[in-house]
Amino acid sequence: MAETTVNVSTQNTKRVNPQVENFKTMWRKLKTNRVAMAGGILILFFMIISVIGPWFTSYDPLLPDISSRLQGPSAEHWFGTDHHGRDIFTRIIHGMSITLYIGFVSVAIGMVIGVFIGIIAGYYGKRTDAVLMRIMDVFLAFPGILLALGIVAVLGGSINNVIIAIAVFSIPVFARIVRGSTLSVKNLEYIDAVRALGASDARIIFRHILPNILSPIIVQATLRVATAVLTATGLSFLGLGAQPPTPEWGAMLAAGRNYMWEHPHIALFPGLAIVAVVLAFNLFGDGVRDALDPKIKS
Amino acid sequence: MTTELLKVSNLKQYFPIKGGILGRKINDVKAVDDVSFYVNAGETLSIVGESGCGKSTTGRAILRLDEPTSGEISFNGKDLLALNKREMRKMRKDLQIIFQDPYASINPRQTVRQVLNEAMEIQNVLPKEKREDRMMELMETVGLGAHQLDRFPHEFSGGQRQRIGIARALSVDPKLIICDESVSALDVSIQAQVLNLLKKLQRELDLTYLFIAHDLGVVRHISDRVIVMYLGKIVEIADKKSLFDNPKHPYTKTLLSAIPVPDPTKKKDQIILKGDVPSPIDPPTGCRFHTRCPFATDKCKEEIPELRTSEINMAAGHQAACHYIEEIESGEMTPNY
Repeated sequence: MAETTVNVSTQNTKRVNPQVENFKTMWRKLKTNRVAMAGGILILFFMIISVIGPWFTSYDPLLPDISSRLQGPSAEHWFGTDHHGRDIFTRIIHGMSITLYIGFVSVAIGMVIGVFIGIIAGYYGKRTDAVLMRIMDVFLAFPGILLALGIVAVLGGSINNVIIAIAVFSIPVFARIVRGSTLSVKNLEYIDAVRALGASDARIIFRHILPNILSPIIVQATLRVATAVLTATGLSFLGLGAQPPTPEWGAMLAAGRNYMWEHPHIALFPGLAIVAVVLAFNLFGDGVRDALDPKIKS
Repeated sequence: MTTELLKVSNLKQYFPIKGGILGRKINDVKAVDDVSFYVNAGETLSIVGESGCGKSTTGRAILRLDEPTSGEISFNGKDLLALNKREMRKMRKDLQIIFQDPYASINPRQTVRQVLNEAMEIQNVLPKEKREDRMMELMETVGLGAHQLDRFPHEFSGGQRQRIGIARALSVDPKLIICDESVSALDVSIQAQVLNLLKKLQRELDLTYLFIAHDLGVVRHISDRVIVMYLGKIVEIADKKSLFDNPKHPYTKTLLSAIPVPDPTKKKDQIILKGDVPSPIDPPTGCRFHTRCPFATDKCKEEIPELRTSEINMAAGHQAACHYIEEIESGEMTPNY
């Protein structure tokens, strides 16, 4: 009996890594947030679909079939067919990977560059900060979609150019947040301590500042994916992104516009798909933000 | 034989105040204004003064954590301010700092092992294989156990964390350690432990301390010599005994009279100053203490007193910056409270 008690107490004093611990606390809070968990599960579900989904569809997403055009939803064509007779359900499943690819890659690029600019501006301050942040302000002054529109108009419409456009307008958002966090961390005594030890700027920035400002970056990245998806589909809708016959949701929405009154299902289902993805990322992002906020106790 | 390890000459640290839409410089906060002193190898020199008198700023300027506005800092004969970034990084091996707040001075995401290893890695003090033994030795030296190496800062108490801070400073074998209010955040009992540890280390490792504090009891315990600062300037320098037994500057006298006496029957003749410390943005002309000094005259308002040793009753090396050391001493001038 006595032995078991001892065992329990030694287990309780096990080494804990604060990074792992922070993640655990966050996860604990996140788990209790049902709405956020629903968003998270949806995201996971969408990701799985985007990888394995295409094998489970029985039609070709690109091949026209004139004989079955403009059919409404049925057991054969769950979401109906479009004006070329292609199965809309199949096209939405195939479009999932495009949408998520654009969302993740553009945000990743924007994040890496934005974090770098923000941390440099915040750490070096003074003139470096003023110059970098004024440039970021110029980008921020454009409404996001307008800036993306301009970039795609110049570069030409393609999925990769959409990614570049979205990445560019994500940069200033990350730069701002990271600069602020850097400012608050760089004056802490432990930064002075490593500086007094003779650490180089690169070491201070990447080993000491960056790990301590990850939380706001993670939150922003999650929320940003939703904006990226919305912008990407928006660009495609305007004919500046993915080009037909690519099964991109925005492009499908645009095609369905002409049949809005007679065959609303052509525009409806891609629209619902966009809503679902954007909503999932927003809900999950909000949940992560609340979970990482130490002021909100679960 | 005493050798000068650190010599600070005419150190000035002004922080610009910017304002207006163009961010022009409007004025300066004169945090440290023309301060000169030296520290002998192996001694403990304390800097005392109330909040905002520039004592911490002096320490930070010596380490170039903030670049000083002007002045000269010579360490072991080398001018620190003339070194470029790379040379300064190398030089930092010899000058270390122990901070005030043990909760803020260690990266919460690093284990003690990572903290110490990083310090040695930066300064390349030992080959990788030998660091492990050195880390264990350091832990023992500061009174922690080698088994605590893999713990994170949040698993330690304040006093233990301060020991980690000391171990980190020691890991690069420094010659001079600046203790910036290093014990003021600790409980009194822990303060004594840490102070005694610092003293022991000084004896064993031949360290030199520049000890920045506001607690006169602590200063009395650890120092060899003491500097008293007021509003960015040195008002008095003396060896510990002279300063505590025979203070010459009115400000030092006031400061010492504030030390509580552990005797309830004894009536305290505490000197209470009028008003607040003036702003270091527009410090008073002449003697900076004249606005609050009970002995101030018109001369004090105009002429800046230099640090000097009076012939009457002052030991060698004891200097005070007051025009009227002799007059106050002889009772010729009476305080005007």
